[in-house]
Amino acid sequence: MPGYDVHEYDVLVVGAGGAGLRAAIEASAAGVRVGVVTKSLLGKAHTVMAEGGMAAAMGNVDDRDNWRVHFADTMRGGQYLNNWRMAELHAREAPERVRELEAWGAIFDRTPDGRILQRNFGGHRYPRLAHVGDRTGLEMIRTLQDHGIHQGMQVHMETTLLCLLLSGGRCVGGFGYDRERGRYHLFLAKAVVLATGGIGRAFQITSNSWEYTGDGQTLAYLAGAEMRDMEFVQFHPTGMIWPPSVRGILVTEGVRGEGGVLKNNQGKRFMFDDVPENYRSSTADNPEEGWRYTQGDKNARRPPELLTRDHVARCIRREVRAGRGSPHGGVFLDIAWIKEKLPNSVEHIKKKLPSMYHQFKQLADLDITREPMEIGPTTHYFMGGIQVDGDTQMTSVPGLFAAGECAAGLHGANRLGGNSLSDLLVFGQRAGEHAAAFARRQQPETPGAVQDQIHAAIARAEAPFERGPGGESPYAIQHALQEIMQNWVGIVRTEEELQRALEAIADLRHRAERVGVGGNREYNPGWHTALDLESLLTVSELVARAGLERRESRGGHFRDDFPGKDDNWAKVNLVLRRGPDGRPESRSVPVPPLPEELRQAIEENK
Amino acid sequence: MATAETTASAAPRPAGAAAPAAATFRIWRGQANAGSFADFNATISEGMVVLDVVHQIQATQAPDLAVRWNCKAGKCGSCSAEINGQPKLMCMTRLNTLDLTQPVTVEPMRTFPHVRDLVTDVSWNFRVKQRIAPFHPKPAGADGVWRESQADVDRPQEFRKCIECFLCQDVCHVLREHNKFAEFIGPRFLIHIAQLEMNPLDDGNRLAALKDDFNIGYCNITKCCTKVCPEGIAITDNAIIPLKERVVDEFYDPVRRLFRVFR
Repeated sequence: MPGYDVHEYDVLVVGAGGAGLRAAIEASAAGVRVGVVTKSLLGKAHTVMAEGGMAAAMGNVDDRDNWRVHFADTMRGGQYLNNWRMAELHAREAPERVRELEAWGAIFDRTPDGRILQRNFGGHRYPRLAHVGDRTGLEMIRTLQDHGIHQGMQVHMETTLLCLLLSGGRCVGGFGYDRERGRYHLFLAKAVVLATGGIGRAFQITSNSWEYTGDGQTLAYLAGAEMRDMEFVQFHPTGMIWPPSVRGILVTEGVRGEGGVLKNNQGKRFMFDDVPENYRSSTADNPEEGWRYTQGDKNARRPPELLTRDHVARCIRREVRAGRGSPHGGVFLDIAWIKEKLPNSVEHIKKKLPSMYHQFKQLADLDITREPMEIGPTTHYFMGGIQVDGDTQMTSVPGLFAAGECAAGLHGANRLGGNSLSDLLVFGQRAGEHAAAFARRQQPETPGAVQDQIHAAIARAEAPFERGPGGESPYAIQHALQEIMQNWVGIVRTEEELQRALEAIADLRHRAERVGVGGNREYNPGWHTALDLESLLTVSELVARAGLERRESRGGHFRDDFPGKDDNWAKVNLVLRRGPDGRPESRSVPVPPLPEELRQAIEENK
Repeated sequence: MATAETTASAAPRPAGAAAPAAATFRIWRGQANAGSFADFNATISEGMVVLDVVHQIQATQAPDLAVRWNCKAGKCGSCSAEINGQPKLMCMTRLNTLDLTQPVTVEPMRTFPHVRDLVTDVSWNFRVKQRIAPFHPKPAGADGVWRESQADVDRPQEFRKCIECFLCQDVCHVLREHNKFAEFIGPRFLIHIAQLEMNPLDDGNRLAALKDDFNIGYCNITKCCTKVCPEGIAITDNAIIPLKERVVDEFYDPVRRLFRVFR
């Protein structure tokens, strides 16, 4: 059996995106030894792709904003299935987390009086997103990276965990491998923070990078942790759709925030046709008012293009299905039209949306300052994930924490744009603080106590080599899974399709047991793909399973056979865990009643 | 939609696109410098980039073909390589910009130690950054808020667009030909220092280190780095030359030296 290197830490952070780095910085500041394991190189995590900004009620652009409004917006966006304690902490603490980034070297765009500029975004009542053009994620990850490397943490780049290690009912570390040399590594830790991001790679069309294979959710689930809200997947309304090789790449909501409009092939702004009841009073009913809103008029209401993502995505799908779509099966997103309003529109668009200009010019031969873009929905974000305590971010497994996209609760049934980057900071910080505090109370574990788990992990990881290149192709299984999830567990679902998906996933599991690869362990993508299958299949099964149970439509979960909201489901979260027979067990858990102060915050912002 | 007039120079884009064609890709294979080119046939469809071809070859012909990539959207800077000898991001290199009648060569960045196939060991870059004094803020205003005008932050924001693809490091003669990895930090980290030095909120001073530890003087402004930057950052003109001027002002200006003597 191959050997392994041993590393000992107080806190092991898994993932080096926004949440992981923020957790690692906080734990380091608490004076404990911190190790960071990251699947890619430092600074390349999916956070880098976030565009629009981070939501924080700083009130720099509109001083009517405050945490209570942000809280109410987040709860309404999440259809009140949010963990309200997380929504409260997030709204209260986000401004401080943004200021902290500035103290670490981030350079945000500025207001005329020199403060951090904030922009409009879907579902947010006031301009709230601190941003840097349309590359806010890059600014955030680079700031955390450049600050973090001087805080004493040890970073293991291009390293992936195969399993978490348990001893005496608590999490005591993880076991994994590095890509470059293919060596195995044992990480013993007194506390582990999962910050591994989402699951987009389970779908064909996604804005997510390859790393989003649901590793953290699967590691936690297999370690016995509870999962929640697994049915809620966010399909971002605007992804590129043409040419085929760029299908899914994100087109930031910032395009609509800057005045971009959605049109069908008849040139009609179809979003005015379908405004949900609970947003009607805050939505513009004519194009002129919508335009004034995007230009900062405080008396104007937001255009319907800035309704929540789940709603906009379904409206686009409706237009396409009704034969009113664009040539390649989407609709048109037009920012070029603002030349009617702004004499310097070309420069303005390039300044406000530089990455979008660049992306379309280079990948689609299209100049967004002159022509409309063709866009369609793309798998973007996972609201569900690991159930955590709102204050500490600890999971139901002692010593195991989770933060960022892999954790669930803050966003409920649907996430508002801009609430993700602030989520990473607020709960990354909290996870780091509480993981460090937990670690201080624990004794270290010895390799001997987890020997069996290590041997089992190595045996599983070596198995594809033993079957060799004649086995099932890992790529073929991955592609088949992506097709199943895209077609049957996508933006619109039915009982029959979800059942079919679960059967197909079970078949793929059998095929995955026969997967084989050639070559050796050194930087072997075939092997990496084979090892990722476990996570992809596990999260896919849980998403389909939860989707089957929620027999209604809400937020990021739409059932064609139950297209309306059902009051019985309005205040219930679905919680899944691994049963004794290895199959998922589910139970519905009522949302706890809101404290009076929070209830009032929602009432006064209705 | 684009009209024929507006995209005259590019490939035709609208529906009913060109039928799939084939092309040969000559890809570097092997471990730790013991490698050679191998030819693969690829099926080409509209809009493809080089990284699509590499993935197609992985999925159908060579499952263990090593390549580093993440976002496939030109934002993370992971998939740097030399395509027909030109340093580029594989995810942003459209096939319609290449001559597909000839084999297209794809090689790893040659300036860094080779790991396997298209993957190189770029860890030196991460060690370099560790040696540079980090951002250190000036005190905030009385209300705890830093105020600075957009005009004052435009320049450092340009440098902060860097995605750390290290293509500029790959073409820098001081590193590529002269191997000055111990003495020189390369264009990537000169713009890193530039964004710190030009950030109105930073009160650090890295000029002595630039001169003595990082040897900015080695750069003879051939602008190769600027030419390959996928983010279009004016590395030489906006960062390196101004930094060189600051170093000269600080250490070689005769008037200032005189002042120092009599201080």
